[in-house]
Amino acid sequence: MKELFKLAVVYRFELGAILLFGIGFMNLLLQKNLIRKIIGFNVMDSSVFLFLASQGYIEGRIAPVLTNGSMQAATYVNPIPAGLVLTGIVVSVSVSAFFLALVQRLYLKYGTVEFDEIMLLAKKEAE
Amino acid sequence: MKNEWFRALVRWIDGEPAHDRRIRTPEGQRVRRARRAQRTGEQFSDQAAKRFAWGYRISAVVICLSIVCTLLYTVFQLPLFGAADSPANNEVVERYIEKGVEETGAVNFVTGMILDYRAFDTFGESSVLFLAVTSVLILLLRDKNNISEEEDLLTAHEFFIEREMQDLILQKVVAVVMPCILLFGIYVVLNGHISPGGGFSGGAIMGGGLILYGASFGILAVRRFFNRRTFTAITTAALLTYAASKAYSFFTGANGLETGIPLGTPGAILSSGLILVLDICVGAVVTCTMYGFYALFARGRL
Amino acid sequence: MLPWYQNIPFACIFLCMVNGITMPLYRRGRRAFAVTAGVSFAVFALSAVLAVILAAGGERFVYKMGHFPAPWGNEIAADPLTAMLSAMFGLVTGLSLLGGRAAQEADILAPKQPYYFVMVSMLLAALQALAYTNDIFTGYVFIEISTIAACAIVMARDTARTIAATIRYLVISLLGSGLFLIGIVLLYCITGHLLMPQVSEKVMELWNTGRYTEPLTMVVGFITVGLCIKCALFPFHAWLPLAHGGATTSSSAILSGLVLKGYIVLLIKLYYSVFTIEVVRSLKITSVLFVFGIAGMLIGSVQAIREEHIKRMLAYSSIAQIGYVFLGIGLGTEAGMAAAVYQIFVHGVTKPLLFVCAGRLTEVQGHEKSLYRLRGAAVTDPLAGAGFTLGALSMVGLPLLGGFMAKWLLAASSLATLPKLWPALLALAASSVLNALYYVPAVIALWTPSGFMAEKPAKKAPLFLLSALGLAAGVILLGVCCAPLMEAIMAGLRLLEAI
Repeated sequence: MKELFKLAVVYRFELGAILLFGIGFMNLLLQKNLIRKIIGFNVMDSSVFLFLASQGYIEGRIAPVLTNGSMQAATYVNPIPAGLVLTGIVVSVSVSAFFLALVQRLYLKYGTVEFDEIMLLAKKEAE
Repeated sequence: MKNEWFRALVRWIDGEPAHDRRIRTPEGQRVRRARRAQRTGEQFSDQAAKRFAWGYRISAVVICLSIVCTLLYTVFQLPLFGAADSPANNEVVERYIEKGVEETGAVNFVTGMILDYRAFDTFGESSVLFLAVTSVLILLLRDKNNISEEEDLLTAHEFFIEREMQDLILQKVVAVVMPCILLFGIYVVLNGHISPGGGFSGGAIMGGGLILYGASFGILAVRRFFNRRTFTAITTAALLTYAASKAYSFFTGANGLETGIPLGTPGAILSSGLILVLDICVGAVVTCTMYGFYALFARGRL
Repeated sequence: MLPWYQNIPFACIFLCMVNGITMPLYRRGRRAFAVTAGVSFAVFALSAVLAVILAAGGERFVYKMGHFPAPWGNEIAADPLTAMLSAMFGLVTGLSLLGGRAAQEADILAPKQPYYFVMVSMLLAALQALAYTNDIFTGYVFIEISTIAACAIVMARDTARTIAATIRYLVISLLGSGLFLIGIVLLYCITGHLLMPQVSEKVMELWNTGRYTEPLTMVVGFITVGLCIKCALFPFHAWLPLAHGGATTSSSAILSGLVLKGYIVLLIKLYYSVFTIEVVRSLKITSVLFVFGIAGMLIGSVQAIREEHIKRMLAYSSIAQIGYVFLGIGLGTEAGMAAAVYQIFVHGVTKPLLFVCAGRLTEVQGHEKSLYRLRGAAVTDPLAGAGFTLGALSMVGLPLLGGFMAKWLLAASSLATLPKLWPALLALAASSVLNALYYVPAVIALWTPSGFMAEKPAKKAPLFLLSALGLAAGVILLGVCCAPLMEAIMAGLRLLEAI
């Protein structure tokens, strides 16, 4: 039991990321309010970036910018996950913006952001 | 009865709508009338919908919990956090750090990696941003389909407030702060290959500055120097420059030719070959995109 | 200096992306349409030439994207199969745009048409990148590009219903992307590489030494589920009918014919190049895909029978056809995979033909969409009716047409696997009957004169003519020239496996 607790402390970033992933995933799937769905999606994506960024960290090393002229690989943290997270964040922002534009368009037309009501109202509209 | 079924089948083959096809025996009509008397309005469909909704929710919760539990179980099997011997620290990382400065000229290893070693991914990422702003344009730009009188009145009201009720304190402060923000954004963009930063963060800072200006002086004020034509011109020019430099780089690289672009001294601003140009292009695109999102969401006009 | 043809994949991808970037400069739709259609056909021509050269030489090459080789730099790889897929993507996009031109003019406002072509161009670029990619993170970035572009071409038709359908499509797509991303992140954690050849080496090492086996299983599971959510495998198919059924004609054709296939192609590449098919087989994932494929085949067809709206009926039929592909993948043998790829080609040509003809028939009969009110539309425009009939017969499985060859290849490949033989054959038979049950009445209804027919004869539509003839020729070609195509497909799969 104590080992499990110690292991959980070692893996704290990964565990936190996975709990957030679960929360975000469930919100994206189950929430009826569209704004909450978008927040759920953002939480889910941010958790994956947290997971990825935590994979790059190495104990006792510094950020991957040339410092003191040292070009030893053993001085710096792994730079690859940082680059991947950069790309991922931009993708996440773009998709959120697109989703929000869709929601705003429907809100301006129907005055509600609840997905069930919108589907009902939309079905009544002619093809 | 058999004739009725045959006639219903013929009507179905003919393609008649379902409600016209129902079997019209007197018995069937009696049954239908009795059922209609039982349910009141949409209660029947409500019940079925409720049962479906509950089943959907329970199965969705079960699926999510199983995904989270399997992930939690998997995490303990992964390499230890912060360990120096995890599989991710291999010859790839060594070359990026040891030869990064001499091969790309960038002092910031992450920028060297995303804009030189793995530049194709960054090109895709800039296109995602461009796609997002284009789709927001398609959705929110005011045109024949999404105009309504209320919105027009609301927008006219907002424009009136912008013109007549200007906030003195806000405008004076922003007039001092905004050039600093823009200067800082330009600094971050230009120093992307020397210190942490780069096109994306610098562009976001400049976009934020423009949004601040738009929020305090009004969107009409911004439109005097940044309207839809400037937006299209800047984004297209920046992305085309990016595409051209990257196409040149990929073509020469794959065919084994030299680019002929000098790498300069590491640490100077004018160094690292095409990385500076790419950072500037990305910064321009991100600035226009961020301000574009704000203007389209707030007023529906760019 | 590389041989000239090795620059073709890079040239095609960049051509489409540059075309997409310059689209906002056009004022109105007509020139934008002409340029985009031209670019799609150019992509088709170049990729077809590349496919012929690669098939003749049986070679597969890798193209450095930058000055550094793998694993330090990015790379794309081409072999006969991916070149043929890229050619199909280009051809079908071009022909769908031609066939759906009248619907574009009616559904999308003129100042916003150039933006629609931005999306179509970027979608074509993303599909090609998914076919050619040799790097898993590049695959993720281009999956996101294709998600946004696909959702955008659904909502190009500006009604509230399509926007609601787009939201549902986007939500489910994002769930799939999220699972795929976490699968990729875990894969990077345990292997430390992003380029497919290196990942594959590491995966073999891990599998043989027994380290990290549970994470590896999870990775395969997450990546499979993520991609299957995005290509509408049962039970993740609920979003498809509204999205594909409500969009404008060219969008429905491109979505049903190509976008779903792009994800399946990436899945097949990952199975062959990265995870190696033995690992996937021993994890029993193919059996799970087999079961869901059969369920999709039957349920998609059953729901299509009850559908009145012609485009939604075709969308439900797409669910059934994707089930065929997963039936082929689920058989787990090389012949099964080749049959699945052949079905990808067949469906990629037939469904756009059906959508384009349905769009034309709808336009001719005063924009009516229900089959009841479309009766007699084929009499007003016999070419559209003939095209729809040809497509419907191909779906049912008439010999000489593509659909028959696909079903025959799937049945033949299932003969080699004993426990899956009977379910596969029974499912194929039942699905053919179910397909007939909704396609034949639809065809009969279209050719029956009725009171809903228009009085004036149909306006001439040369673009639609070109499009329908091209797609119909493709369907017949796939039905007749099966052998050379199958050889090229098998050669491509073997080259993928040999990495």
